[in-house]
Amino acid sequence: MSKHVVIIGNGIAGVTAARFIRKLSDYRITMISAETDHFYARTALMYIYMGHLRYEDTKPYADGFWQQNGIDLVRGYVTTIDTEARAVHVGGGRAIGYDVLVIATGSQSNKFGWPGQDLDAVQGLYGIPDLATMERWTAGIDRAVVIGGGLIGIEMAEMLHTRHIPVTFLVREQGYMDYLLPPEESAMINAEIRDHHIDLRLATELKEIRPDDQGRARAVVTNTGEEIPCQFVGLTVGVHPNIDVVKPSNVETNRGVLVNEFFETSVPGVYAIGDCAEFRRDGIGIRRIEQLWYTGRHHGKTVAQTICGRRAAYDRGVFFNSAKFFTVEYQTYGDIKPKPEDGTETIFWQDEAAKKLVRINYAADDGRVLGFNLLGIRFRQDVCERWILERRSTDYVLKHLRQANFDPEFYHSFKITDFENRTRP
Amino acid sequence: MDVSFQLTTPTSRFGRDEKIAMALIGVGILGLIVALFGAGSTFPVASFWVSIGGLSLGGALYIRTYLKRPAGIDNDGIMFSSATARGMLGWIFGIVFTGFYVLLYWAPSNLEHLIRMTDPLSWMMRGQPADRWFLYGFLYTLAVLVMGARMIVKYRHNRYQILRTISVMFFQLGFAFIIPYLLVLFNQPEFYFHYFWPLKYDYLWPGGVDWLSGAGQVGLFMIVFGAVMFFLATPILTYFFGKRWYCSWVCGCGGLAETAGDPFRHLSDKSLKAWKIERWMVHSVLVFVVLTTVVLWINSATEGAVLGSLSTPFSKAYGFYIGLVFAGVVGVGFYPIMGSRVWCRFGCPMAATLGLLQKFYSRFRITTNGGQCISCGNCSTYCEMGIDVRWYAQRGQNIIRASCVGCGVCAAVCPRGVLKLENGPREGRYNGPILIHHDTVSVQLDDAWKASRPLMPPAQEDIPVLTDADWAQMSGNGQGVVTSST
Repeated sequence: MSKHVVIIGNGIAGVTAARFIRKLSDYRITMISAETDHFYARTALMYIYMGHLRYEDTKPYADGFWQQNGIDLVRGYVTTIDTEARAVHVGGGRAIGYDVLVIATGSQSNKFGWPGQDLDAVQGLYGIPDLATMERWTAGIDRAVVIGGGLIGIEMAEMLHTRHIPVTFLVREQGYMDYLLPPEESAMINAEIRDHHIDLRLATELKEIRPDDQGRARAVVTNTGEEIPCQFVGLTVGVHPNIDVVKPSNVETNRGVLVNEFFETSVPGVYAIGDCAEFRRDGIGIRRIEQLWYTGRHHGKTVAQTICGRRAAYDRGVFFNSAKFFTVEYQTYGDIKPKPEDGTETIFWQDEAAKKLVRINYAADDGRVLGFNLLGIRFRQDVCERWILERRSTDYVLKHLRQANFDPEFYHSFKITDFENRTRP
Repeated sequence: MDVSFQLTTPTSRFGRDEKIAMALIGVGILGLIVALFGAGSTFPVASFWVSIGGLSLGGALYIRTYLKRPAGIDNDGIMFSSATARGMLGWIFGIVFTGFYVLLYWAPSNLEHLIRMTDPLSWMMRGQPADRWFLYGFLYTLAVLVMGARMIVKYRHNRYQILRTISVMFFQLGFAFIIPYLLVLFNQPEFYFHYFWPLKYDYLWPGGVDWLSGAGQVGLFMIVFGAVMFFLATPILTYFFGKRWYCSWVCGCGGLAETAGDPFRHLSDKSLKAWKIERWMVHSVLVFVVLTTVVLWINSATEGAVLGSLSTPFSKAYGFYIGLVFAGVVGVGFYPIMGSRVWCRFGCPMAATLGLLQKFYSRFRITTNGGQCISCGNCSTYCEMGIDVRWYAQRGQNIIRASCVGCGVCAAVCPRGVLKLENGPREGRYNGPILIHHDTVSVQLDDAWKASRPLMPPAQEDIPVLTDADWAQMSGNGQGVVTSST
């Protein structure tokens, strides 16, 4: 009998682990999910609501793929993890025994104890059930408020905008996502949000949500005391590890399921990956809890090696990420801090009207390139990554910049000469 | 508020401009109906201006309303719309389009008054009364121009789409409409310079060659031109640019698909089964047309001694089933049901030939940008050829498929900048399944930069142009950072 690997969660982390375990072994694989029968791309939730895609279009693999690859799918909610008996219980009853358990339960939306946060028509956006409630609560309404200046917040604002629902967007920070983006990038996105007629309120926090007499949200009150009437409140203030099922078990948790660089938890044979995992120490990942699509995929791929007998530590690599803020695409490679740091200099170019921006950070001491931020311009990941790893000089990078450009043919994005005299400290 | 009263489905805001545009389109449709029932013969000029004028002006005004929204990908509501999501309107359009083809091919007398409506234009352009093919060519060109304008406005942020659409509009108006009819006006063969064998199969069939060579020098030039375009220019252009130079920049069938067909591009079938059927079917058609051509020439050379009259049913069968039924009735009539490229994908022998060249002997590829894919599915959904682009993109693999017509919409709709159509060296074009991984990089410190601390003013050059030397330096061609890891 080959080993039985049970994976809780069918998101990108769990699915990638399953796929790579299948490539590397003949282990029996069972994937359990309460959310959907099949893996879908959580990143595409917004496109379903906007009418760009149907739910079935968001499934990266045909339904027959799982059976063809010998991956058993179980639909159900795991209620207990019994590490003594090496079994998980689904739906309070059926026990599924395992030799190896992978916890990939993802995240839950944050709520910070605001009055009215549990009213009807107040919600976050994380999964398919959220999409169904959002569809219900936003039908025919005349105003919505979205709270939280992260990626999900701006996506929710865009979603509502496509249904012609006026949106007020409360952002705690001085500029959109200014905790990650430098001021110029943040300013460009602020402008993009306003160009789509979103009522963007910067430096504004939620105080409370007020109910109507049916227990549904009817208004939000901000920290300035203003009451904004609305019939829907998007509460998109980040996510936290979804570990309710893990907490009562023997597996050690903190904010997430605690793991080392091999994604091994405190219990042998039990691993945790993706959004729900928390590294025991700094320096393994970009941060202790990594909540990106790309990191989930990378975790899954790495843990599969270990489970299949090629113990491999997580190697986070050169950071990369991407997003799309309304119509403005964002890509980042390497290390770009939101605030200028000592020892780091910047080459910068932007076209504010066209909403295009290039930032190249480099080390002041030896001129090696450290990272790239791009808005409205696409760069090649492999080229940027290699330049960073090879410690290429900014001079070299600027001379060869066309190698990095990934915009569609015939675009005049910018010329290298645009960089002349654009350097700023 | 009781949610049970909130059952209204989301609709786009329908303001004054949209209402005026739709009213004009309504007048145009009414004009067509009135013309069809007799007014086209009795009042051809008035019928023409009311119907065509109403449709064009209404269309133009409606397209103008797109400008109210910021430039960028806007597929909002496509999956909810009755017209574009195989709803009632979609089926009505499908039946009207299909019915029009059926009448045009098999019962043109029913369209008599519509044909008469285009008499004045036909006299002006080619010095003779209109026939059904003139009416068809006119409506086809009008559709490409009006819906081409829509395509340009919809993708106004994307120069690749703008240039490509202008190109198909230019070829349709010039090469498929004005030039052939000018040739007729000057008593020359009605020849389409942008169609070659095997798509325009009869240009190299004995009958077609006879017809052209009967037209003297000009006809001979046309025969030679067609042969050179297919046997010489096609492989060379496909080597450098892929199939797209023809299918989504020149061809009239492609031109209609890329303009009038754009709202239906997502309806193509993405299943593995459809891909399998496609490969069998399109290559069978190619074999069929090659075989028919060979049979016709053998028969012609032997003056019927070998095959007798067998070649006639062969060519008639091809002309009927492929030329008429497949390319017209199914190919265009079924746009709102099966998507815009049914003919190109399953039936076109030119596309099959170009596809084989693209697959095995071309510099074209769609490059996947490392590990940036988020598997959202926009690329696959909006691929009119039914290619599951995401399957490759999420593995970090380049996309080289015989059927890809290089429309570039996958790269346009990608929210993360993952896809790029480009031409580069054939070596390493099919890179293996990869996701960015970095632990195998050999770090080579560049001594030069240590010496050159101050920033040099860079040379004046446009960013996107890549030389083969650039390609060699870039890691995407199989050397360097990107390693096979899947």
